[in-house]
Amino acid sequence: MLSQRTIETSVGLFLLAAIGALLVLAFKVSGLTSFFKTEGYNVTASFDDIGQLKVRAAVKISGVTIGEVSAIQLDPTTYKAVVTLHIHSNMKDIPDDSSAAILTAGLLGDNYIEISPMYSKTFLKNGSDIEDTNAAMILEKLIGQFLFKIGNNSSDSSATNSNDKSVEKKKSISKGE
Amino acid sequence: MIDRIALLGRFSLEVIRDYGKAGQLLWQVIFRFPQFRKGFPLVLQQIYAEGVLSLIIIIVSSLFIGMVVALQGYHTLAKFGASAELGPLVALSVARELGPVVTALLFAGRAGSAVTAEIGLMKATEQLSSMEMMAVNPIHRVISPRLWGGFISMPLLTMIFNVTAIYGAYLVGVKWLGLDAGVFWSNMQSSVDFHLDVMNGIIKSTVFGFVIAWISVYQGYFAEPTSAGIASATTRTVVYSSLAILGLDFVLTAMMIGGW
Repeated sequence: MLSQRTIETSVGLFLLAAIGALLVLAFKVSGLTSFFKTEGYNVTASFDDIGQLKVRAAVKISGVTIGEVSAIQLDPTTYKAVVTLHIHSNMKDIPDDSSAAILTAGLLGDNYIEISPMYSKTFLKNGSDIEDTNAAMILEKLIGQFLFKIGNNSSDSSATNSNDKSVEKKKSISKGE
Repeated sequence: MIDRIALLGRFSLEVIRDYGKAGQLLWQVIFRFPQFRKGFPLVLQQIYAEGVLSLIIIIVSSLFIGMVVALQGYHTLAKFGASAELGPLVALSVARELGPVVTALLFAGRAGSAVTAEIGLMKATEQLSSMEMMAVNPIHRVISPRLWGGFISMPLLTMIFNVTAIYGAYLVGVKWLGLDAGVFWSNMQSSVDFHLDVMNGIIKSTVFGFVIAWISVYQGYFAEPTSAGIASATTRTVVYSSLAILGLDFVLTAMMIGGW
């Protein structure tokens, strides 16, 4: 029989090992950062279609991650998806006329938001809204449009016109609220 | 005919009586927790016997399980050109399923059977009744520390299992098969969620630890006080624990899967 002190020491080591394992699981494996909320500011952007975008998706400029998506809501009046972006505080100088687009990493990868900076001298701050947005590209819709175009082209030449019209109609809806 | 029906009735009464006895035992352990100063060293001793001494088998088997999952997963993923997703594959399968379940199965075989055999032998050699003669409650002195020890050890062992399994996968995927270390870790971090994946796995393991400790203590305490009785009680501990683990795992996964 071991002495009580040896037993206590080894149980203490066991506990420490388990706590260390939990810390590894938290920070190395699951990349948990929400224990210490990262300093930063929130910016919103409204999209017509967010595709497969999820909360915690990356926000990037030129491919470099500068923040993450912190919330996704549906605006009940305009039926647009309002995405809240949490941008790290070391990226303060993003021009406020920049545009945001939802892109896909690779052919089948996750969606992320890419911000393309413009030239304005005023910058985005907490609570400001990115007005120029591009919705996610949905592969099925693109294929559908493509097939529609091919079908119309073979029958008559006004197909592209009608297609353009529908696009323009959509634009006018989105601009005129 | 009537005899058969009577046999069935007796059998079901036996089963219900067993559940009742197990419930009573649990009630006595949980709601009459012994004085902290006296009970704590005993619980520590059991954490040592059930947890620390199980560490070696847990670490070795988890290392090999992580390595084999990485090896299998890599070759399947490489067919689809998705070998960069090896990290998420290993981390998710280990944190959600393999970690809690395999740890629990090993724990039932390593620690649960030992607890049953120990308590059973104490009963067969009438140590439990002599304790009662000395006005020491055997449930406080013997049963309760073993139950709490198993309950506390299981989640700790699971955390260690998860980390060593992922490290084993890292060894195979990065060091041997030549995957990029940054890709391995960053893909893992972006798809594993701490609360949904890691914590749910640990919740599972606490449930398993509780069930294993309860079954092994019950089987030992109510074992037939003969050598054959102890042998069959030990067997039953392992069999019932394994079945309970796999059944409960399905139920718990079905309850948790909403978040994924």
